[in-house]
Amino acid sequence: MSAPVLPRVLQGATDRPLTLAQHEAMWGQWRPRRDLLDELDRAGLTGRGGAAFPTATKARLLRDQHARKKFVVVNAMEGEPASHKDATIAQSNPHLVLDGALSLATAIGASHIALCVAREKASMVNHFERALRERERRGSLGVVVEIHTPPGRYIAGEESALVHWLDDNETLPQYRPQRPSILRIGRAPVLVDNAETHAHVGLITRWGAEWFRSIGTAQSPGSMVVSVSGAVTRPVVLEIALGTPLAEVLAAARADTDPQAVLLGGYGGSFLSAEHLSTPMANEVLRPLGASVGAGVIVVIPRAACGITETHNIVRWMAHESARQCGPCAFGLPALAEDLAQLVTGGRDAAAALTRMSERSDVIEGRGGCRHPDGVVRLLRSALQVFAADAHRHAAGQPCAYAGRSRFATVPRLELENDLVWE
Amino acid sequence: MKRRHEKLFLRVDPILCDGFGHCAELAPDIVDVDEWGYPIIKDAPLDARRDASLASANLAVRGCPRQALWIERIANTN
Ligand code: SF4
Ligand code: SF4
Repeated sequence: MSAPVLPRVLQGATDRPLTLAQHEAMWGQWRPRRDLLDELDRAGLTGRGGAAFPTATKARLLRDQHARKKFVVVNAMEGEPASHKDATIAQSNPHLVLDGALSLATAIGASHIALCVAREKASMVNHFERALRERERRGSLGVVVEIHTPPGRYIAGEESALVHWLDDNETLPQYRPQRPSILRIGRAPVLVDNAETHAHVGLITRWGAEWFRSIGTAQSPGSMVVSVSGAVTRPVVLEIALGTPLAEVLAAARADTDPQAVLLGGYGGSFLSAEHLSTPMANEVLRPLGASVGAGVIVVIPRAACGITETHNIVRWMAHESARQCGPCAFGLPALAEDLAQLVTGGRDAAAALTRMSERSDVIEGRGGCRHPDGVVRLLRSALQVFAADAHRHAAGQPCAYAGRSRFATVPRLELENDLVWE
Repeated sequence: MKRRHEKLFLRVDPILCDGFGHCAELAPDIVDVDEWGYPIIKDAPLDARRDASLASANLAVRGCPRQALWIERIANTN
C-alpha cells in the first residue's frame, strides 16, 4: 500500500462515509503506536481547531498527569458558521477520527473518549454513531467511548466550555488565567483536540512523521481542510497542503479570484486584503500580517460588497453568541456592533462611532474570561485596516451602494434572548 | 523566595466579577472602571515599597463581594 499525496483525511470523500471494511481496505487496520508522541513531535502536527498549538506538547502534559481516570475529548462541535470541515470529515471517514482518538488515548493512558458533536447536526451524530457501533461489534476497544451532543452554540465549542458541559451540563467557558492549563471532568484530566487533528493523528499513527512532512512547509507541515465560502460558485470544503498560496486555493475552490479581501481563520479571525493573495497558507507567513490559518475558514469578499457591512453582520452575531458571563464581553461586544451599525448607515454619528469602536476595542481586549471578545476585536481591527478607505467614506456620510446588504459572511438567524439554550 | 524578588499584580476573574465597581472605590489608584462599570486594573506591578498601592490592593481583595480579586506573585527571573 502506498501513501496518497492528497487528499489525506478526505480520502474517499463522497456523501457516504466509509464503512470500517472500506476504511481498512484503504488505510489498513489501526494498531497503537508505542512512540506516538515522539512521532507527533517529529511530524510537527499542530491543532487544526484554530489555535495551532503543538499536539504532542499538549498530549505530553496530559500523559504526565497521574490519575486513575483520564479523558480524550474529540471536539467536533464546529460552531463556526463558515466552517464545514469537521462535518465533511465525518461524512467521508469518521473511522479516521476514531483511530486518532484511540491512538491518543493509548498514548496518554486515557480510560475514556468523549466524542462531542452539536446536537443540531443530526447527520454528523449519525455518522459517528454508526462508525462507533461498527467498531464495538468487532470487539472491545479497551476504552469507554461515548458520543455526547451538547447544544451547538458558537461558544459551546470553546474547549473550556465544552469540558464544562461534559462536567456539569453548562456550555459556559471557564476562566483560565494560566495557559496551558489542564481542564478536568470531575477530578479527571482532559485532553481536548479538534476532530480534524484526531484524523491527522490517525494517519500519522500509520504512516509516520516523514510521510506527514512530505507536503506542507518546514514550519507548517502536512495538510489542512479548509472551508471556502462567500463569493464562490458554491461553498466548498477541500484539503490543501499547508503553504499553498491563497490564490491557488481560491482557484481550486472556483471562487472569485479577483476579490477585494478574504476573511481568514474564522469569525474571530482577520481580513486580509487582496494584495496578499499570493501569500502561502502557513502561519509563519500569515502571523506577521496579523492573520492565521485558524480553523481553515476562508470567506471571499468580492469587490461588489461592503466590507464594513459584512463586518457588522459578523460582529453583531458574535456579540449575540457571548456567554454573557463577563462585563467587557456581554456589554462591550453589543456596543461594538452598535458602533458598526452607525458606521454602516453613515449617518450623523458615523464619524464618532468610528473613533469610539477603536477606543472600545482597546478597552475590551484581554478582559474576557475566555478569548471570545479578543477574536471579535481582532476581526474588527483588521476590517478597519483592510477597509480603511471605505470606513472613512462611511464616516464622511458617503457609504457605497452595497452598504447595508451583507451577503457573503453569512451567520445563523439570531435567536431570541429567551430561547438561548446553555444546557 | 524573598519578597523583593517577586512582582505583585492585582488580578480579577471576569466571570465572577459583577461590575458594581466596589474595588475602584477601595483602590482608586490601581483600579479604573470602564463605561459599563467593570474594573480595569492598572498593568504595572504593585509597588511593595510604596506601601499605599499594595495596601489598597489588599483592601480591594478583601472588600470584593464576589471574591473575584486576588494578588498574583510573579517571581522575578532576573
Ligand atoms: S469572555 Fe464572553 S464568551 Fe468568554 S466567558 Fe466571558 S462572557 Fe463568556
Ligand atoms: S469589587 Fe469585585 S465584583 Fe465588584 S467590580 Fe470589583 S472585582 Fe468586580
